Amino acid sequence: MFSSFMVNTWLVASIVAVVAGVVGFFTVLRGSSFVAHAIPQGAFAGAAAASLLGVNTILGLGVFALLAALGIGGLGRRGRHDVVTALALVMMLGLGALFLSSSVEYAPEIYSLLFGEVLGVSRNEILPTLGIAIVSVAGVLLLYRPLMLSSVVPEIGEAQGVRAYRMEMAFLVLMALATSMTVPVVGALLIFSLMIGPPAAARSFTSKPLHAMALSVVIALGTVWISIAGSYLSNWPVGFFVGAMGAVSYALGRGWVLGRRRHISGGAARALPASNVAGVAVVEEGVR
Amino acid sequence: MHHIADLIFEPGLFGSSAVRTAAVVGAVVAMVSGPIGVFTVVRGQSFAGHALSDVATTGGSGAFLVGVSPLLGYVALGVVAAGAMDLIGIERARGRDVATGIVLGAGLGLSALFLYFDTTLHSTTGATMTILFGSMFAIAGSTVPMVVTFSAIAVGIVVLLYRPLLLSSVSMEVAAARGVPVRLVGLLYLLGLSMAVALSAVTIGAILSTGLLIGPAATALRVTKRPGLAMLGAGLIGVAAVWLGIVLAYDSFYWPPRGHGWPVSFFVVTLIFLFYLLGRLPGRRTLAAGPGVA
Repeated sequence: MFSSFMVNTWLVASIVAVVAGVVGFFTVLRGSSFVAHAIPQGAFAGAAAASLLGVNTILGLGVFALLAALGIGGLGRRGRHDVVTALALVMMLGLGALFLSSSVEYAPEIYSLLFGEVLGVSRNEILPTLGIAIVSVAGVLLLYRPLMLSSVVPEIGEAQGVRAYRMEMAFLVLMALATSMTVPVVGALLIFSLMIGPPAAARSFTSKPLHAMALSVVIALGTVWISIAGSYLSNWPVGFFVGAMGAVSYALGRGWVLGRRRHISGGAARALPASNVAGVAVVEEGVR
Repeated sequence: MHHIADLIFEPGLFGSSAVRTAAVVGAVVAMVSGPIGVFTVVRGQSFAGHALSDVATTGGSGAFLVGVSPLLGYVALGVVAAGAMDLIGIERARGRDVATGIVLGAGLGLSALFLYFDTTLHSTTGATMTILFGSMFAIAGSTVPMVVTFSAIAVGIVVLLYRPLLLSSVSMEVAAARGVPVRLVGLLYLLGLSMAVALSAVTIGAILSTGLLIGPAATALRVTKRPGLAMLGAGLIGVAAVWLGIVLAYDSFYWPPRGHGWPVSFFVVTLIFLFYLLGRLPGRRTLAAGPGVA
């Protein structure tokens, strides 16, 4: 499992997990799961175009992810966000179908782009992946405060000069960046699970945003490592393990919340003054 | 005509009857998706609509594996997913968003596993393509009665629930105050949606399923404020897109690169997208242009 050809896999997958954990935290906070699904899957059309033109796959993915992000952001300004996302997604997929129908061998190729080919990571994929990862994580950390404000309390953000629209655009572009590096590794469909499951679970365990972000990275790392090990041992697709782990960690988080709520309300009746409970609720509210 | 067919699709699958089936089934699906899509758009559940069609394809690949009718797998998993979404996504819009995401992620993971088994056990690499993208011209004529039946159920739910559903879609508080069981109505609607979406996914593919559900409805809601009219308009726009798309797919055989038709799903979604952009032009604020919460 740790032989030389697997080293690249462990490295790249860990990088992907860190990025997914960080970017995913804001995805869940902003309620942008649909965008997290649409951009990678739309970018997949770019990969199909790249293979048709014979250029680098990451380039195709990047260009299409960016197109999808700008399209969703631009059209979403004057229309329902989810409608625009859905339409952008089907438009990109329609283009993908067109490109795929023009190239000759598609089935194995498309399978690996959609569901990931984590065991076939080559050495020269590491550097570009690492570069894009650093840029996108740095972007999130730089924009941390305004992003946080515009995600949780957009009104206060606007009052402090944080334009919600600009933040939305910045976030979408970061998502596009993260997508273009993660799709070749974990696949267009499963990067989505990695961006939603761990952060959603992390937010059940802690209400402090930075802790939640760190925890989401940890859970994402755990998910990816267990998935690779499972995939290596069973020969089943890595995507299955990522999807299942996402659901399991989320279920654990929800269970934790339920247990805690029962605990707090039980204890509060006896010991805590009512105002404290309200305070906890407000903090939880603000972060959620 | 037969030369075209032989080049694009497997020989024997394609004939004038297949095109007729495609046109009929496409029209039925569009007429069902339109009205249901109007509610989907107003309720802000586009993500759920798309996720259900993706999860339904999981059922398709699972059914393929066990050897039962894919239609059964699609509908069964669609209904299960709708129930799961309702069960998890209780509180508010953002919680619903995450709940949809979790269900979709788990469904896609299962899908990956089923497709892997399909390809290793049955060595049919084409299954991936067919299940994900569907093939309008490859619909078996025998599925038509089933499609019509399930479509009727889906439309029936919407017609029966029309007033409470409309009320709870526009304002949940008002509906609840008037004694509408909002949660139950929402769940029933989600079941109808899952049935409609699963059917359209099995017949015309997951891409077109979402496209036909959201695009025509959003376009119609841009043009008219009246829900009944919007439902009818959405259905008609959908039918127009499907039929035009089929015709264009035929013609595309003579376009570059020569000797190769363009996929019909590409034409249909492009037309839907264009219609939507056209509908946005007047810049009127209607039901669809409210403050959007994903």
